[in-house]
Amino acid sequence: MNYLRTTWLHLQREIRLELRSRDALLGMAFFTLLIVVVFSLAFDPTSQPTLARQIAGGLLWTGLLFASTTALNQSWSREMRNGVLDAQRMSPSAPSALFLGKAIANFLFLTVIEAILAPIFFLFFNLHILGQASALLLLLPLGTWAITVNGTFFAALGLRSRSRELLLPLILFPIALPALLAMIQAATGILTGDAEPTTGLRILAAYDAAYTTVSLLLFDSILSAE
Amino acid sequence: MQALKKPLAILYLLATIGVLIYGFRLALFIVPEDALQGEISRAFYYHVPNAIIALCFPYVNLAGALGYLFFRTKDTAKAAAWDALALAAAEVTVVFCSIGLVTGSLWGRVAWGIWWTWDERLTTFLILWLLYVSYLLLRRFAQPGQTSTLSSVLSVFAAVDVPIVYFSIRWWRTQHPSPVFGGGDGSGMDPSMKPAFYWNLLGWFLWGCFVIGFRYVSARRERLAELQEEIL
Repeated sequence: MNYLRTTWLHLQREIRLELRSRDALLGMAFFTLLIVVVFSLAFDPTSQPTLARQIAGGLLWTGLLFASTTALNQSWSREMRNGVLDAQRMSPSAPSALFLGKAIANFLFLTVIEAILAPIFFLFFNLHILGQASALLLLLPLGTWAITVNGTFFAALGLRSRSRELLLPLILFPIALPALLAMIQAATGILTGDAEPTTGLRILAAYDAAYTTVSLLLFDSILSAE
Repeated sequence: MQALKKPLAILYLLATIGVLIYGFRLALFIVPEDALQGEISRAFYYHVPNAIIALCFPYVNLAGALGYLFFRTKDTAKAAAWDALALAAAEVTVVFCSIGLVTGSLWGRVAWGIWWTWDERLTTFLILWLLYVSYLLLRRFAQPGQTSTLSSVLSVFAAVDVPIVYFSIRWWRTQHPSPVFGGGDGSGMDPSMKPAFYWNLLGWFLWGCFVIGFRYVSARRERLAELQEEIL
């Protein structure tokens, strides 16, 4: 009970901080929009609807992954100001509650971005879903959580290292690739209707469960690494 | 005991080289060539053992990392030793992964006509290589004093990927050949191929253990020297 309450307080704090500045949300939204435009120009998907359906799933995830790395570093660097992080370390509450609150907040932010950008993306790429559209409701949260849970964790891991901005993608991308693979397979299956998304979804769910557990168990070591 | 260590290590190395030479002779000259694939099938005796070992050593790295995390606050010297083991295993994993990738693409060039394809097994195996390269990069980037903790944590994450590589050819229908071991009906090797395969597997495994051991000793000395410097 106490743990959940701490997590809830952290989550509230994250959301309040974000709503005051809106740095992460605006930054991510515009970044993803730019990526969608760049990809549209590079691949000219409207003239090739079949190709567009085949690559769209991958492009959307790539865009979100890139955009999230820009915001994830930010979400920790504001803890460094005024020694907030040291205060967190000294507080008696469980460190993983801080992590969980932040990860859920980042998850919500990224979901907002998706909700805004997915329609635009569909419009730009002239997409029509041929497969099982309802599976997207499962796929999007699972995929987003895979990005945010690892991203939040590794942003914290690189917090005090040299060239922090460079380190996050270097570590996050290899770790996230299996999830990306499963997400792209499931998304392409849904868009083209050629394959069932079940395998991809199942792998993604297992991936999420495994990495969430590992993150929660190891966050303490990261926070107190000296 | 201390005086025995060096001769034992040399003996071990000689035995390893002996096994490797024997395996080499079996694989290249004794075993009949594959009826379907011809001479290129001999790449199998190097590619598969190296790839199998590349999936084992990440767990040595994981053991080192967990050992470090366990002893981190209890016994600094022991923690440094476990950390040295993790570092040694990660470096050797990268080597075996690279050999697996190179021999695999050599085989693929002849059997498939292409060096590389983005099939799930190949992709996940490449990810394994990327993960341990990023592990070694993190060790260079992290601030001194935090390196061991941060890289140990990353190593736990990386180890989660190893089963994904293992199961990739079972979950997806891949271009990569289906499982040879434990793959159900129709899998397995012809008995004539087995000796060459097992001797090479043993040889490369012994070799990998030797390199890990050697690197472990040197890495541990480095860690202990760093620790001593900190104390002084």
